[in-house]
Amino acid sequence: MAFIELNGIDAGYEKGKPILKNFNLSVEQGELVSLLGPSGCGKTTTLRTIAGFIMAEQGAVTIGGKDYTNVPPNKRNIGLVFQNYALFPHLTVFDNVAYGLRRRKVEKPEIAKRVAEVLKLVSLKGFESRFPAQLSGGQRQRVALARSIVIQPELLLLDEPLSNLDAKLRDEMRAELSRLQHQLGITMIYVTHDQIEAMSLSSRIIVMNEGLIEQTGTPEQIYESPATPFVARFVGFDNHVDGTLLELGPKGVLVDVHGVQFVSRRPSPNLSKADEGKKVSLFFRPDDTLIGAVPGANAMEVGIDFSNYQGNTTQYAMHLGTHALRAVVVGKPVADGVERTVFSIPPEKLIVERGV
Amino acid sequence: MKNSKILILITALVFIFLIGPFIMIFLTSFSSDSIMRFPPKGFTLAWYTKALNIEMFRTTFWVSLKTGLAATATALILGVPVAYANIRFNYRGKNALELLFSSPAIVPGMVIGFSLLRFFVYVSNIPIGIGLYLGHTAILFPYTVRVVSSSLRNFEGDIEQAAISLGSTPLHAFFAVVLPNIQSGLVAAFILAFITSFNNVPVSLFLTGPGVATLPIQMLSYMEYYYDPTISALSSIIIVLTVIVVQSAEKLLGISKYV
Repeated sequence: MAFIELNGIDAGYEKGKPILKNFNLSVEQGELVSLLGPSGCGKTTTLRTIAGFIMAEQGAVTIGGKDYTNVPPNKRNIGLVFQNYALFPHLTVFDNVAYGLRRRKVEKPEIAKRVAEVLKLVSLKGFESRFPAQLSGGQRQRVALARSIVIQPELLLLDEPLSNLDAKLRDEMRAELSRLQHQLGITMIYVTHDQIEAMSLSSRIIVMNEGLIEQTGTPEQIYESPATPFVARFVGFDNHVDGTLLELGPKGVLVDVHGVQFVSRRPSPNLSKADEGKKVSLFFRPDDTLIGAVPGANAMEVGIDFSNYQGNTTQYAMHLGTHALRAVVVGKPVADGVERTVFSIPPEKLIVERGV
Repeated sequence: MKNSKILILITALVFIFLIGPFIMIFLTSFSSDSIMRFPPKGFTLAWYTKALNIEMFRTTFWVSLKTGLAATATALILGVPVAYANIRFNYRGKNALELLFSSPAIVPGMVIGFSLLRFFVYVSNIPIGIGLYLGHTAILFPYTVRVVSSSLRNFEGDIEQAAISLGSTPLHAFFAVVLPNIQSGLVAAFILAFITSFNNVPVSLFLTGPGVATLPIQMLSYMEYYYDPTISALSSIIIVLTVIVVQSAEKLLGISKYV
């Protein structure tokens, strides 16, 4: 049994209208797992169900072998870090961090010692008597982090903790989170809509959509081999073309797109022989597209809508039949006035899925 | 430019209309004339001495003060949980309940006064002082709910959840984290409600009776018989006290953002 288990969970904000339906999730001890998905996909609902702020209507929540399904949030010993920091504005940094320890009736000298330790850990030594309003965004988030780990939680939940920070601070905090996770070995569940954040931090990513898990895998598996059309689009396979599956053979997957044959040499676990002759969708990334006919690659003649020179790359908006496509290609744009040109996509960069 | 001239003119007129009467009252309170008249003649502080020495003004001031403080405190104690429930939770009939809670601020004071009179005096035979206190509590309640609601709305629910995740029960989180952070909203509600009670005429008019009156009611009945500047002097004292209280609360807590 995994450290955290959600089994057959129905949960939501309104009774009878669950956002999660028959939801299952398991997380191993010491793992940092990201829940990745667009807003409204149920990732925050999942987090709140684990934290106990949403009580599951159906199913069971198990943490460390104990049934937590009906345990109220204040008895769960779970650290929680919010997007907006949620520090107590009327308390100093010290009192913010000491809050959880005081609730646990820890002795005063012990509180002082543990708060000092954790503030050192998040590089906020010397900030004890400041108020949250006197801190920068990054410092506030570090206080929030210190406050949630000082209670030595069984589990740390982070709800988009970096999205209120500017890009540079976000990178710093990401590195810091990563370091803390390695140092403390604490189990973390990290909610984000940012693919880069999820990839750089987590050992495992769970991609969610409309209350369901679309795919679970390592960052590399998610990025390189998206298992569903949704995940494909979410990790940047923005171009989408419809076709008919011709053959699922040893040479690859053959697809007919308006009379042009495309070959994909990626595994397509979702397809079987029975799908031959049926509608399929092709996905590929704008930056996997090559300009001109390249030997061994699938060539297609497209109409150029406009090109946008960006220095070392050029961005194209184009169309193939009725499908709008995008390409990002190294080099200068094709000459002005060229309306049609040939683009190629290598067979190993092309995903074929059942028609969407 | 023409536009801004018209704007300045209108603003000036509004100011004159709002502040003018106060200035007139203030000036007439020093007049040595024995009836209220503008422009005032001469200068004397006699009206102030007289106002402070009239026994009825002193007793009714205490009635107003006690009624105001007690009704405000009660309205706050009732208003805070109601405001909290309305901000934090969704429940059936919430809108209807909100309308009901704000009705004393919408229904004309005369109507409230009269209905309370029927209820308290004719039906329940409640003592005048208690009736006054209950009536004022009813009219202050919507104000406290509204002001406390707006300060609660500014307070993120996540902060409370953070406290709960750290081990507070919801009740403890409310006292340890929510209340300290809506303090200025509470003070604003208190001041607003108290002033509303202290100035109230229509409801008090119906609920006061033989021997018990509030200060504004006493001032009205004084003016029925005497038209000397005593009332101006008394009004000036009340205005100055009100300005001092509101100004210092604004300086210390910035209460205007909640009202």
